[in-house]
Amino acid sequence: MSWFEAKTEKVKIPPAKALWAICPKCGSHFEKAVWKKNNAICPKCNYHGRLSARERIAQVADAGTFSEVFRAVSYSDHLAFHDATGPYKAKVEATIAKSGETESVVMGTAKIDGHPVMLGVMDFAFMGGSLGTGTGERVARACEQAIAENRPLVLFSASGGARMHEGILSLMQMAKTSAAIAKLKEAGLPYISVLTDPTTGGVSASYAMLGDINVTEPKALIGFAGRRVIENTIHQKLPDDFQSAEYLEKHGFIDKIVERSELKGFLAKMLNYWGF
Amino acid sequence: MAKKTAMDCVKLARDPKRPHLKDFIKLICSDFEELHGDRLVNDDRGLIGGFATVGGEKVLLLGHNKGATVEENMEANFGMANPDGYRKAMRLAKLAEKFHLPVVTFVDTPGAYPGREAEERGQAEAIAKSLEFFSRLRTPVVVVVTGEGGSGGALAIAVGDRILMMENAIYSVISPEGCAGILWRDGTKAPEAAEALKITAPDLLKLGAIDEVVKEPAGGAQKNHKAAASAVKKAVLAALKALKKIPVDVLVEKRYEKIRAYGNFYS
Ligand SMILES: [Zn+2]
Repeated sequence: MSWFEAKTEKVKIPPAKALWAICPKCGSHFEKAVWKKNNAICPKCNYHGRLSARERIAQVADAGTFSEVFRAVSYSDHLAFHDATGPYKAKVEATIAKSGETESVVMGTAKIDGHPVMLGVMDFAFMGGSLGTGTGERVARACEQAIAENRPLVLFSASGGARMHEGILSLMQMAKTSAAIAKLKEAGLPYISVLTDPTTGGVSASYAMLGDINVTEPKALIGFAGRRVIENTIHQKLPDDFQSAEYLEKHGFIDKIVERSELKGFLAKMLNYWGF
Repeated sequence: MAKKTAMDCVKLARDPKRPHLKDFIKLICSDFEELHGDRLVNDDRGLIGGFATVGGEKVLLLGHNKGATVEENMEANFGMANPDGYRKAMRLAKLAEKFHLPVVTFVDTPGAYPGREAEERGQAEAIAKSLEFFSRLRTPVVVVVTGEGGSGGALAIAVGDRILMMENAIYSVISPEGCAGILWRDGTKAPEAAEALKITAPDLLKLGAIDEVVKEPAGGAQKNHKAAASAVKKAVLAALKALKKIPVDVLVEKRYEKIRAYGNFYS
């Protein structure tokens, strides 16, 4: 499975580096406060940077309507996986302690401009948004709850792909989530997939690409294989905008690129068109 | 003899002398009629399919077209499929459903092809669609992992009712070399990564990712193609016989439950 490597250009970083945010797309640097105030959007190139799951939920769900579910469904260390830097268990426990999240996707019921939905948001800061058994289980349960309660599913993706620390069963989550999405669609319920920066590997090759509509934000990275892997295979340099939101839209895999400030309104508009 | 390591299996699974799709077709099928193209842009050579007769059973056969020679592999990208390959697979499987024939897939690929056109034509979307599609296909699907089950490119045609795996095949979320490069920061640690990932048939059976291990002749399938193919044929026919008895509504529901149970450690 591929993974995401930020393409940061070498820039002269001013002193007190901790105070600066660097745009990974254009390399411009800003005071962190400026970056944050601009909602993690680059003032120079309009790259829509990453938000935490909680920040995203706050921007999309109507105030006070988000009610979290499946929080007890967390990771599994069934392989007792251990690599050069130590045990998986220690890494993921540290992530849980630091982030306060228990998996790479946060799920809940919510309202979007009054429309009741099942809302899921992935958090790239949680193990690179990787798809583990807990992540897949949450997505599958969300589909089943959506069917039971007649709710549309709105799912924000941000992921480097499958979580290799959970071995083959992380790969199988691609099948599990896709099968659950298929059932949701059979039940006649809408599924809006929002692919945010970055959505690659096993997540792009499963539920993220299966939306009734697939939408994204400006300059998000979306693809299957990693750029470097492809360049090494074809011995060719790829265009700068390769695997960008704009590139994907041009090639027909994205319904619309939506500015962050207009995203909630767009979701509500679609739900309204479809009578949900 | 020392116990076989995971890396020994990786070497056996990738052995160029191991039987590949075309060998299996020759040894297992009394007839194979290949059908071409995705009806959109291309006829992918990395993944091929057609109607076939196996022990008197009419089936739709699909498989990664890994070859033994440089020429074969040049043509078929070492069995790495493009999106067009997965779309062709879905088109043909839909025909099988229409005419009430079961589908048998042969999985042997390092992974989906990582190329510029592959991305432009939606590699991610094609794999995702394939997973969704095979999970609901209204006809029996038998999968045989014969060599390398490489990640999403393998899984795209490995969603089915009965998952068989040859004794020395491997099936993994990432190649041992890829995993070692990321988590060990050292590609030469592939043997350690192979061990940690649990990618051999007996390990995958324990994890519930596959249903049955197909024994290989002594020393491995590369030593005796005929015996290896005969064991695969026997296992495929037994699986088909059992699945054909199940009413299709029940079959599809049971398939969902099977997929749904992958890695569900949660109460
Ligand atoms: Zn920028």
